[in-house]
Amino acid sequence: MSSETAMATGQRTRGLAPFLRSQMRNIAPFLTLIFLSGFFAFASPSFATLDNLGNILTQVSVTGIIAVGLTFVILCAEIDLSIASIANVTGIAVAYFTLQESYVNIANIPLPGAVAIILSLLLCALLGLVNALGLTVIGIPSFIMTLAMMQIAAGISALLVRGQIAYKVPSLITTLGSGSIGGIPWIVIVAAIMLLAGHLVLTYTRFGRYVYMVGGNREAAEYSGLNVKLILGAVMVISAVCAGIGGMLGVAHFGSAQQNEFDTYLLDSIAAVVVGGTSLFGGRGGIGNTIVGLFVLGVLNNGLDHVNIDSFLKILIRGLILLAALVINVYAQRLREKAAE
Amino acid sequence: MSVGQQPILELQGITKSFGGVEALRGVDFALYPGEIHGLVGENGAGKSTLMKIIAGVHTEFSGRFLVDGRDMHFRSARDAHAAGIAMVHQELSVAPDLTVAENVFLGNQPTNALGLVQWRRMAREAGEQLARFGIDVDPMARLGDLPIGLQQLIEIARVLFSGARIVILDEPTSALSPPEVERLFTTLRRLREEGTAIVFISHFIEDILLVSDTVTVFRNGRKVAETASAATSKGALIEAMIGRGGEALEHSYTDDLMLPQPSGSKVVLEADQLSLSRSLQDVSFEARAGEVLGIYGFMGCGQQELSRILFGKLKPDSGTLAVEGVPKIFASTAAARRAGVALVPESRRDMLFHQEPVYKNISISILDRISSLLLKPAQERDIAKRQVDQLQIRPPVVGLDLGMLSGGNQQKVALAKWLTYPPKLLVLCEPTRGMDVGAKNDVINIVRDLRTRGLAIIVLSTEPETVLSLADRILVLKRGALVREFKNEPVSKDRLLEAA
Repeated sequence: MSSETAMATGQRTRGLAPFLRSQMRNIAPFLTLIFLSGFFAFASPSFATLDNLGNILTQVSVTGIIAVGLTFVILCAEIDLSIASIANVTGIAVAYFTLQESYVNIANIPLPGAVAIILSLLLCALLGLVNALGLTVIGIPSFIMTLAMMQIAAGISALLVRGQIAYKVPSLITTLGSGSIGGIPWIVIVAAIMLLAGHLVLTYTRFGRYVYMVGGNREAAEYSGLNVKLILGAVMVISAVCAGIGGMLGVAHFGSAQQNEFDTYLLDSIAAVVVGGTSLFGGRGGIGNTIVGLFVLGVLNNGLDHVNIDSFLKILIRGLILLAALVINVYAQRLREKAAE
Repeated sequence: MSVGQQPILELQGITKSFGGVEALRGVDFALYPGEIHGLVGENGAGKSTLMKIIAGVHTEFSGRFLVDGRDMHFRSARDAHAAGIAMVHQELSVAPDLTVAENVFLGNQPTNALGLVQWRRMAREAGEQLARFGIDVDPMARLGDLPIGLQQLIEIARVLFSGARIVILDEPTSALSPPEVERLFTTLRRLREEGTAIVFISHFIEDILLVSDTVTVFRNGRKVAETASAATSKGALIEAMIGRGGEALEHSYTDDLMLPQPSGSKVVLEADQLSLSRSLQDVSFEARAGEVLGIYGFMGCGQQELSRILFGKLKPDSGTLAVEGVPKIFASTAAARRAGVALVPESRRDMLFHQEPVYKNISISILDRISSLLLKPAQERDIAKRQVDQLQIRPPVVGLDLGMLSGGNQQKVALAKWLTYPPKLLVLCEPTRGMDVGAKNDVINIVRDLRTRGLAIIVLSTEPETVLSLADRILVLKRGALVREFKNEPVSKDRLLEAA
């Protein structure tokens, strides 16, 4: 018993340094954000303005909506590479079900706005369900399954628009995507609500706990009698639906629906989640981390436009920042495992 | 047999301790060329530690170590390999996705001048080597597609034909069928004639007596007997292994223990003719309310597979389960849990969340009973607190990360997660393995208390003490089949070992 008591007191008197080390995954992204903001504020007078904060928020909104679902997936130690394609096909679908101007040369099916929205949501949920079944029932690794889905969704998009561009979407979507209320863009509000909802689900519901437990130790979750496949399937559907909502609002935000419109959002969403400090090994992190990650990316993208820098160099800088975040992510996991031993 | 001959390997006064606990105390051991030397002893008696010293796995120890009469000190398994010593470990260490030939030549494939692998030569030579061993198999077949027993034979063949002069086999027969065992023995005898020295560790004393020339018995880190195999018997070896009188404080279970009259209470679980490829054959039994059913057997006898079938983690090839008379085929562990079955596997790592606090570990299996949508953390902590107090988990802090607890306390947490809403059937695998006496007794008392509360409990263990200390009725599982039932009769460690 004596060794156990020693261990207990050891735990209580562990001090600040080990605590900080175990919290590194939360602290590091935050420090990065403060550093980047400080740097750009110092380097450019136009960066630290209220107007520009609004710009940053608007710029990260679509990524934020998509990243909500992806956070669930990565918390389960899975990945979803089909989010950008599913966003694209859902955005195209909602336009496909809306009456377009006569000069748009797409053989589409105009339906009432509400029906168009519901059908589009069903479409992305269905694609997510296919991901879920492939992962859980057939046992295809999510990396490969969603890679296939990426192609499938891109294929459906191509068939629907056939190289053309559609412009009209239901008025509700137009409002939420490009309108604003009291000076605040609706899309920012939607992103905030979805992030908040994601946070509440992960923190306060039984399902959220299961997500963390499945990600933390899948074997143990199964030995605890959890329906691991059901939980994994659910997060894949959540991910696809979040991507779909992001896609619909994105189409309204950009003002058009076309092929390959969302390609950059795959990397951006994964980057936001991982840069924020959610563990790629599952079980650690959450929406709070994703929000910090979104701001890091948003500040970086926006800030680089404010400083006088070779625009081709920006791509390289983004890549390097991502790499640094990955190193921290893996390193933080190791530190934590050490602390737990 | 070895008068005048120089031992190929000689150990003198070997002592090895792990963190203050002596695993070996002053052991002398000599191995002669052309000898098959059997090693027996209970789990933890020191056999494996000694063999790992010989194979260069453990490099820190005191005592003399001579090969061919010369002092040696291995710094790694590579050194041992260079000295002609090879070991086949109990767990398979093959590359299932490579071909048979690649596995046979793992690490030293024949190459041409350009460094390219000579596939045809490799396949031919692998085929020849295996044929010598009586294994007729396509050298280019993927190893993982072959039955486990054959894979094990191929691994053994690889080591036997690697040119090693000293070969250590740790439990080589547990996954083999009787004809495969026979094939192995034939090969071992042939190698003996060629002058190879072989150490053969096994729980199967019949096998040891059948194939070895000399047999050495270990108990509590000491060598307690060394005799010619022809001059001893199974009974005598078992007696030497477990000792008489029991020097330890613990109950040694060497004397007869009377099992109670079966109560005839309600049958909670009925297993009928469960079979699983090579692991289980027609296993049938029932577990009753208020009774602890012990299932004893050696490592690899099919216990692990059986427990997984009961909890829906594995599906049997054939056979049925019934819970309280209702036939069930569990599609998932979740289904088994809903039907009232709970499992504590032998490895705590498999069922606990080390980076999560104690209370989340305890509440995970009952969340759906205390909350529908939203979590109730206060209630979770209350429940956990009650379990922690009841099971005397130390330190009694439910918010502490589980990884901070000692092994014994983690095992109690593993039990605690099933006890708030007790299941109908609790399946415990190795519930006291690796625990100190105090924690062991705590667990024993918890299980006894659960029995009086009317649970049906199944305890599966490879340690006779565990089964004897808990069970009201004992089944013996041997190579996947139930071979003996002890009930309402005297039982002891000897009798169990004899039956297995």
